[in-house]
Amino acid sequence: MEAEIYIQLFLSFFKIGLFGFGGGYAIISLIQHEIEVHGWMTQSEFTDIIAISQMTPGPIGINSATYVGYTASGTVLGSIVATFAIVLPSFLIMLTLVRFFFALQGNKYLEWAFLGLRPAVIGLIGAAAILLMNRDNFIDYKSFIIFLLAFLLSFTGKFHPILLILMAGVAGFVIY
Amino acid sequence: MIPLIQKEVVENKKWMDAREFIDMLAMAQSAPGVIAINTAIFIGYKMKGLKGSLVTTLGSALPSFIIILAVAMVFTNFRDNVVVEKIFRGIRPAVVALIAAPLYKMARSAGVTWKTVFIPILAVLLIWLAGVSPIWIVLAAIAGGIIYGALHARNLSKSI
Repeated sequence: MEAEIYIQLFLSFFKIGLFGFGGGYAIISLIQHEIEVHGWMTQSEFTDIIAISQMTPGPIGINSATYVGYTASGTVLGSIVATFAIVLPSFLIMLTLVRFFFALQGNKYLEWAFLGLRPAVIGLIGAAAILLMNRDNFIDYKSFIIFLLAFLLSFTGKFHPILLILMAGVAGFVIY
Repeated sequence: MIPLIQKEVVENKKWMDAREFIDMLAMAQSAPGVIAINTAIFIGYKMKGLKGSLVTTLGSALPSFIIILAVAMVFTNFRDNVVVEKIFRGIRPAVVALIAAPLYKMARSAGVTWKTVFIPILAVLLIWLAGVSPIWIVLAAIAGGIIYGALHARNLSKSI
């Protein structure tokens, strides 16, 4: 059915927007899961989106929604639906939070919830990284060398992500 | 994106002061969803209510939308190109490294200790090996945090 893909895109990205705590990298894990479940694209295609997101100005969540929406449906409407769906929960939640800001400040239940959420979000990012270490992305020993070098350079914190991606791109062009 | 928003809103336009911005940022970061969008919604609402937040949301999402849509339209045609494929073979492992490298520092700043390190490890194992949806991990973490907090509070009040 024609409309089905749009409904699926809406529901998936609404869920991602609603449960995507921790922003940026933490959201990757939720998007990855939805893509996997619906078979919208391969993990290496998704890795390419993350790379493109790093090199373009916008947030990863919006970028992924726009990209997946387009490729999954083949239409601009799919992009619009997915992007709208990831923003909608933010809208509903932020407008509620603004009204009850002072009542919620220092609320013990919220504070307790974050006792669990903060460490769990680290796990989500870890899982996203591990799931991306697959045969699509790591095709041979050269992939592992690039990974290790990029990891070490990134860990020092002295290299901008865009610079690292460009360097890896040049390396890929030369060695493959 | 946050430093850019701060410069525009606090320094250039003077829509709110630095303290207000930091309080607002704390809220935008603890809410689910894209943090830059949450920030935009808050600022728009504060300035001009619902209409304001609609405008700021659209304004902050639109550039990404247009750029990525253009990339998606073009890139799907070039993805099988030999040169593009070579470049991305190099890029993919580096992207994984970029996600993995900040984990240690993030865990430190999230206050993960030897006592709580089982939480991220368990989350990784459940998602990775058991294919559990990250949404269940988020819900379980919220529930677990509240249960722990409630038990802890009771113990505290007993000891007092």
